[in-house]
Amino acid sequence: MPDNVLRLEDLTMQFGGVVAANNVSLEVNKGEIVALIGPNGAGKTTAFNCITGVYEPTNGRVSLNGEVIAENYPQGKMKELYKGENKGKYTKTVKLTPDKITYRGIARTFQNVRLFKALTVFENVLIAKHMRAKQNVFSAIFRLNHREEKRMREEAMALLVEQNLEHLKDHIASSLPYGLQRRLEVARALATGPSLLLLDEPAAGMNPQETQEMAEFIHQIRDRYNLTILLIEHHMGLVMQISERIYVLDFGKMIADGTPDEIRANQRVIDAYLGVADDAED
Amino acid sequence: MKKLSSANLITVLLLIVFFISLIVLEQLIAPTDRMNMLLVSLRQGSIFALLAVSMNLLNGFTGLFSLGHAGFMLIGAVTYAIFSIPLAYRDMVYLYYDYVIKVSFPEIFGNLLGGPGMMIGVLISIILAGLVTALIAFLVGLPVLRMRSDYLAIATLGFGEIIRAIIMWQGMGRITNGANPLRMFTRTDSFNITIGGYTFGLITFTLALLSAVGIFIILLLVTSSYGRAFKAIREDEIAAEAMGINLFKHKQLSFCISSFFAGTGGALIAIFMGTVAPIQFRAAMTYEFLLIVVLGGIGSITGSILGAMLFVFASMWWLRGLDSGAFLGLERITIFGVNLGEQVFVSGFRLVVFSVIIMCVVLFFRRGLMGDKELPYYVDKIRSKFKPTPKAGGVDA
Repeated sequence: MPDNVLRLEDLTMQFGGVVAANNVSLEVNKGEIVALIGPNGAGKTTAFNCITGVYEPTNGRVSLNGEVIAENYPQGKMKELYKGENKGKYTKTVKLTPDKITYRGIARTFQNVRLFKALTVFENVLIAKHMRAKQNVFSAIFRLNHREEKRMREEAMALLVEQNLEHLKDHIASSLPYGLQRRLEVARALATGPSLLLLDEPAAGMNPQETQEMAEFIHQIRDRYNLTILLIEHHMGLVMQISERIYVLDFGKMIADGTPDEIRANQRVIDAYLGVADDAED
Repeated sequence: MKKLSSANLITVLLLIVFFISLIVLEQLIAPTDRMNMLLVSLRQGSIFALLAVSMNLLNGFTGLFSLGHAGFMLIGAVTYAIFSIPLAYRDMVYLYYDYVIKVSFPEIFGNLLGGPGMMIGVLISIILAGLVTALIAFLVGLPVLRMRSDYLAIATLGFGEIIRAIIMWQGMGRITNGANPLRMFTRTDSFNITIGGYTFGLITFTLALLSAVGIFIILLLVTSSYGRAFKAIREDEIAAEAMGINLFKHKQLSFCISSFFAGTGGALIAIFMGTVAPIQFRAAMTYEFLLIVVLGGIGSITGSILGAMLFVFASMWWLRGLDSGAFLGLERITIFGVNLGEQVFVSGFRLVVFSVIIMCVVLFFRRGLMGDKELPYYVDKIRSKFKPTPKAGGVDA
């Protein structure tokens, strides 16, 4: 296999009669930062949800490091309703729940921050360590796993120190300012030990300075944790600055892909999304 | 193990004092004394505390709004009774059915080991009651736990009633004695220890201790990694799943453990009451525990314990006079020609007053008595009031 970390093949997601993502194919190579852009409703988050197992794609295949993590073809009612392409190309069904996909190494953040609001910053990170612990309920209740528990706590703490959040350790997550909540959400995702990180609008609602910090932060974590990153973002400044390749979606279809410079010059992208070239700099 | 903080230490000391006073009180108060009501309330209060905490594990910590508690308690109570009626009495209990289960653990171990053997047999029956309940909860959970919020509440409410209906069904009569009560099983008397002709009353202490063990296990669970996973599910299911927490597995786990303790609590209720009549375990009983959980604070274990004690003491003891025509001397007052003692303080008035009190508590302590905090937190808070330091009051971050 080539060093594709993530590979989407002919991914189609149809809700009833609405095709939210149509025949989307993309590849993300190891160590890359790739952006997925497009106007609102273009199907970016739908693609994310198909990758992470929240949705079951109608047709197509998703693979992680060469292993299929989601595959489906139109079945049942969808057989007649299906409006997408490549009907009949896929004949298998692979379904993994989101927790299994996280276990295989895909972590994500959410468009509207989804922290465990009433819990502390430390607990938020610690919960992500639960997945890989070898304990069972019995050993956890009777504290036979205290060594593992201690290790989980140390790892979570180390992550907080690395992310400069350790002074906020005992704060309730919902009491943090918005920018820090986003940082915490990324830290929590990192705690699951991912090889691929999906960021859904990491800079949404941030001011220019915070956005700049976010750009540096994304670079930093990529290098530090050997990550591959796929992100959705509307902030063109950020996208052009950090991503090595860009995919553009419009009305569920992939209309372009290439380096930031190629995308900036692509007439279809300008028509569909960027508008006049000058605005793209914003 | 972690060292105990001083607030925790004070809490543990309070508990030890509580248990010692239980032993002392039981020796001082004769069963015929008026103050015996105190002991009875303490017994029922501790069992209700275990049941409320087990419900809190599900409703407060895992965020699953389940209303099937009474049904699971009934399974526990019935299982306990079936496995501890001495064989000689079974003909008197199963009047209309040929009983099929011919095992009585307290009898078996009593014959084997004498007095202490009875106690072991009782314990085995109690644990068996919990296991049977957990097994049935597992089966009920398979379909039910795939639902969310209101739908889950309705489904569990239904299953609670279905369980009761099945236990009362004639077809089950050879096992459960149908709609007839189960009685004559081993009761609290076996907890007393007789040394040299003097009997030490340990009923209250033993019931409280058994409940405390159950509560302590639940406390250990919610403070473990699994407890954190439960809280994550309560906070945000989608995020919890994205953090690698298997929703169904953890919900099922919480449901089974909660039901296990509902079953053991049900067995203790059976021991406390002496008879098990399935008709008593209606949905209304679930609401009593829901009330206790809300009263004490959703997500607080000590809150549930406190709520259970207050609920039992108020409804069983303090407000009893409201039903029987004598309450704090108020019965002598006559307003607008209505004599309170004769015309107002009649059967049922207690519940009216009780409802008003509960309404006030819910209105003024919106998050319950304890919120989602535990007792050591309040111990710290009170201590910081007595020792004014610059940091005083800064604990509620």
